[in-house]
Amino acid sequence: MKILAILRVAVRALRRNKLRTILTMLGMIIGVGAVIATVSLGNGAKSQVEAQIASLGQNVILIFSGSFTRGGVRSGWNGAGTLAVEDAFAIEREVPEITLISPELRSGTLVAAGNQNWSTSILGEGADYLDIRMWPLAEGSMFSEQDVRSANKVAVIGKTVADQLYPGMKAIGQVLRIKNVPFVVVGELIPKGLSVMGQDQDDIVIVPYTSAMKRLFGATTLRGITVQASSTKALAPAQQQITELLRQRHRITPGHDDDFTVRTQEEIAEAANNASQTMRILLAAIACVSLIVGGIGIMNIMLVSVTERTREIGIRMAVGAHGRDILMQFLTEAVALSVVGGALGIVSGVGGSRLLNVYMHWPTLTPVEWVFFAFIVSAMVGIFFGFYPAYKASQLDPIDALRYE
Amino acid sequence: MNPIIQLEHVHKIYHTGEVDVHAVRDVSLRIEKGEFVALMGASGSGKSTMMNTLGCLDRPTSGKYWLDGVDVSGLDRDELATIRNEKIGFVFQGFNLLSRTSALENVELPMMYVRRPVKAREHHERALQALATVGLAERAGHHPNQLSGGQQQRVAIARALVNQPAMLLADEPTGNLDTQTSIEIMGVFQKLNDQGITIVMVTHELDIASYTKRNVIMRDGRIVSDLPVTDRLLATEELRKLREAQEAVQLVS
Repeated sequence: MKILAILRVAVRALRRNKLRTILTMLGMIIGVGAVIATVSLGNGAKSQVEAQIASLGQNVILIFSGSFTRGGVRSGWNGAGTLAVEDAFAIEREVPEITLISPELRSGTLVAAGNQNWSTSILGEGADYLDIRMWPLAEGSMFSEQDVRSANKVAVIGKTVADQLYPGMKAIGQVLRIKNVPFVVVGELIPKGLSVMGQDQDDIVIVPYTSAMKRLFGATTLRGITVQASSTKALAPAQQQITELLRQRHRITPGHDDDFTVRTQEEIAEAANNASQTMRILLAAIACVSLIVGGIGIMNIMLVSVTERTREIGIRMAVGAHGRDILMQFLTEAVALSVVGGALGIVSGVGGSRLLNVYMHWPTLTPVEWVFFAFIVSAMVGIFFGFYPAYKASQLDPIDALRYE
Repeated sequence: MNPIIQLEHVHKIYHTGEVDVHAVRDVSLRIEKGEFVALMGASGSGKSTMMNTLGCLDRPTSGKYWLDGVDVSGLDRDELATIRNEKIGFVFQGFNLLSRTSALENVELPMMYVRRPVKAREHHERALQALATVGLAERAGHHPNQLSGGQQQRVAIARALVNQPAMLLADEPTGNLDTQTSIEIMGVFQKLNDQGITIVMVTHELDIASYTKRNVIMRDGRIVSDLPVTDRLLATEELRKLREAQEAVQLVS
């Protein structure tokens, strides 16, 4: 028996009860649509997080100053100020895997220019900071090693700060007063937009860390150190060496906790992924349940169809249909239901996630292999849930089936 | 030459609940090629069981059945289906056409299950030819609900003929039809029989049976009478008479 003839009979049978066919397909449409939309959203969120983490730079290791405990009171992170500028120099000198390094301080404060003022974050960094973060300048240049050594009063500012303080003006060469200390703007960064957490990454002023320590905050310790390793392979050994070096320098004996934290970019990415992983598994489980419900709908309607068409089955058997011909016929109908439903589900899932993207500005990304996978799964749902009704039809006795009213 | 049907000591016992029903008891029967046989009997005489057995829809409990030289008494479900497809054309009382399917496609149905592949064009040609044989070529595109009872039965006969079977097996083919249409259908059968096609027909109507050539009568699962028809009716003749009678009472003009 030819597959074309089977298909033609299947299509005719499905068109006979249009509303019933559509309602049955709806189960599959919703199920597959939910899977595709869920995966698109999850994937979009994941790629956004990945992009954010990539924007940290390449092969980056972050070293944070640790907490301390004094008289039973524990300070928060960075509370101790355990990292000294000398620690950064030591790392640069003694860890061969390190290519770039930038000591870091951070504080929020009010800045002013002319008659404008603005509260923003002040970041004290080394001259290599923008290279590590792979953050290009829109205009001007980064301050130099010389500026860092001399603690010069120069600043590189983000787009938001430039827009707020120098509306309609060129920012380069302008004076920026931080805590009433006049700095000269030497560079303006290209905008990065919002971070995953919704923070404006362009609301920032970067000055040499030496200037921040001596001229602004009167600080003697660092908040952290940003380091770039020579390659991805070098990340783990570099992390290890930095930890050992700092423990030695801070005279931490075995059995005591570190007073600092060393995190590689990979670890940060992993943590971010783990958080969204749970959510994705939960959503996928819900989508699976709706697929099963769709499958049960198909099984239900196929059982009704077999009963309704008992006489037809009898006629087909009388003129020579084998059991497997009948089995194939009903299986084809079930698979046609699930595959067409699945295809419409893919369309609605992709369309739905597009709408979410356009109107809700949620990041979505539909992976092609998932579209393919959803299609295969919907065919398998048809085979799985269509088999029992089709088998039941194939086992009918032709005499009884012909006599069925 | 082999007989079309040869039954030897065939029994059929149904095991229903506590009582065994002995529907067919020790029946032996030979039907040669080209015969036109009416199988008759009151209800419960076992003629339906005989019909199912002859049609390879059911197997005898014991005894042997050769159909066109093939021993079919020991075949399984699928083998019986193939035999039905190749050697038997069924005509039912209730026509049993697929609804919302054109006459042509109904006639093509048995070819869908032919084990050796047949080209789609040949399907069409053979189905049209079979419809022409029963005089319905111009109605090929009509659906069963657009056809009269007699026309539906002709489509069913065309469907039975399309695989060129060894015999036609008709189960009360005129049971749902009026007198004139019944005679017309018997006329179709007589014409086919004249062309050499073997026909076995189950009926309980004596006048319909007298259009055949041989009457086999069953009672209580046994054959009690097997006689050639002496004063055979001819459908063309009877139709002419009926028409004259109708004209006489001005039923038709």
